[in-house]
Amino acid sequence: MGAGHAHGLYLDRDTAVHRLAPEVKIVALVVFTVAVVITRREVFWAFGAYAVLVIGAAALARVPLRWLLTRSLIELPFVVLALALPFLGQGERVTWLGLSLSVEGLYGGWNILAKGTLGVLASLLLAATTTTRDLVLGLDRLHCPQVLTQIATFMLRYLEVLGDEARRMRIARISRGDDPRFLWQLKGFAAGVGALFLRAFERGERVYLAMLSRGYSGRMPEAWRTDGAATASQWVAAVGVAVVGGAIATAAFVIR
Amino acid sequence: MQNLAMHIANGIIDGPVAAAFGAVALFGLAICLARGRGDLDDRLAPLAGLVAAFIFAVQMLNFPIFTAAVSGHLLGGTLAAILVGPWVGALCVSVVLIVQALVFADGGVTALGLNITNMALIGTAAGYLMVVLLLRVLPRTNTGLAVTAFVAALVGVLAASMGFVAEFALGGAVDLGNSISILAGTMAGTHLFIGIGEGLITAVTVLAVARTRPDLVYALRKLPAKTPAKLVVPAGGVT
Repeated sequence: MGAGHAHGLYLDRDTAVHRLAPEVKIVALVVFTVAVVITRREVFWAFGAYAVLVIGAAALARVPLRWLLTRSLIELPFVVLALALPFLGQGERVTWLGLSLSVEGLYGGWNILAKGTLGVLASLLLAATTTTRDLVLGLDRLHCPQVLTQIATFMLRYLEVLGDEARRMRIARISRGDDPRFLWQLKGFAAGVGALFLRAFERGERVYLAMLSRGYSGRMPEAWRTDGAATASQWVAAVGVAVVGGAIATAAFVIR
Repeated sequence: MQNLAMHIANGIIDGPVAAAFGAVALFGLAICLARGRGDLDDRLAPLAGLVAAFIFAVQMLNFPIFTAAVSGHLLGGTLAAILVGPWVGALCVSVVLIVQALVFADGGVTALGLNITNMALIGTAAGYLMVVLLLRVLPRTNTGLAVTAFVAALVGVLAASMGFVAEFALGGAVDLGNSISILAGTMAGTHLFIGIGEGLITAVTVLAVARTRPDLVYALRKLPAKTPAKLVVPAGGVT
């Protein structure tokens, strides 16, 4: 557990982006995504500019593009939706390779594909450069309500424990000859879920009481909150990303 | 197996509608925060975190429907509502969604309001209302509790999926016209299966907890005490 607080998507590097205070990265991510989403879908060059921005940040964080692209397969269901839209859409139609496609649907599909992909890539960059502990810390510094950060802290802390527990139980089940593949075999899985919950809760209860007895008051330790908070120059860096993103969005409105 | 995104991504729903639902989500969360703070005592705080972690973990285990080709995962709203109450339950699901959007790229950052409205607010509210209703009607036995959890979770999932259909009709990237009914049908169809799986898992989990630690089940604690509960409780649970 010593190496604990990372998660599956974290890439342990020592770069300027990794050292950036988490709250700065969260703000930059949100501003960037909003800029992407409000951009008019007809302005193709703007999306190219956003892509350059993301790739630049990835290069700065030494996150390989291959890594980003394989992880972004997560949005596959929406790619399917995007590909289906040209067939489902209404209005004016064009014929392409013998297929009758809706112009509105083509734009809609492109809209989902471009904005979805850019959003996924930006989130993956945050994930690759920020540990979960830092993420909660960032949210706390951004004045996210304490109840939420408290739930998030516990959630992230037990996530790996739960995952490992679930993996052990799955291996135990498979090694006993069970191989649930179909709906009517769900019972074994469901029973395992019930057991997993109780095991996890009782572990969590013990840990929580131990934390309380060591002075846990529902907040992060004071030292964490002040140590490594964003400096003015780091905020400038984040504002830089925001300004560039905003400039692209504005330019996209004006120039077309 | 590769995890697939289940939550609404950026750009699916247009800006103004996404922003409007962002406001709805913020308003809903503010109410949940105000009401949930009273519920969140020493014992509920770690339980809430664990419920959130549990929902997160179970969402990673895709369960197959028919074959591995179509798979779904838990939404968890009803489960959370039964175990920690509707207010804290909605907060738990929201935390899961926020963290998934920020670090797991599941669900767009700008679509967070939509996802929170569907899964944390609509799903949890619909599920919990069913729980309250059914617990009063059904016999207070293990079977009654299991049926309650199953039906409530199923209703919660369907309600959440219809939330998406409504949002897409309001501000979808494409005006589907009459095809919106096709979308509604597809969503209802797939989510019926997801809901059945969700219902089974919710029922089994709630039952497992109610058998050994009935003190942890919020929905049972809040019931008006008519007769002593008939739930079979083994003596001396773990404390």
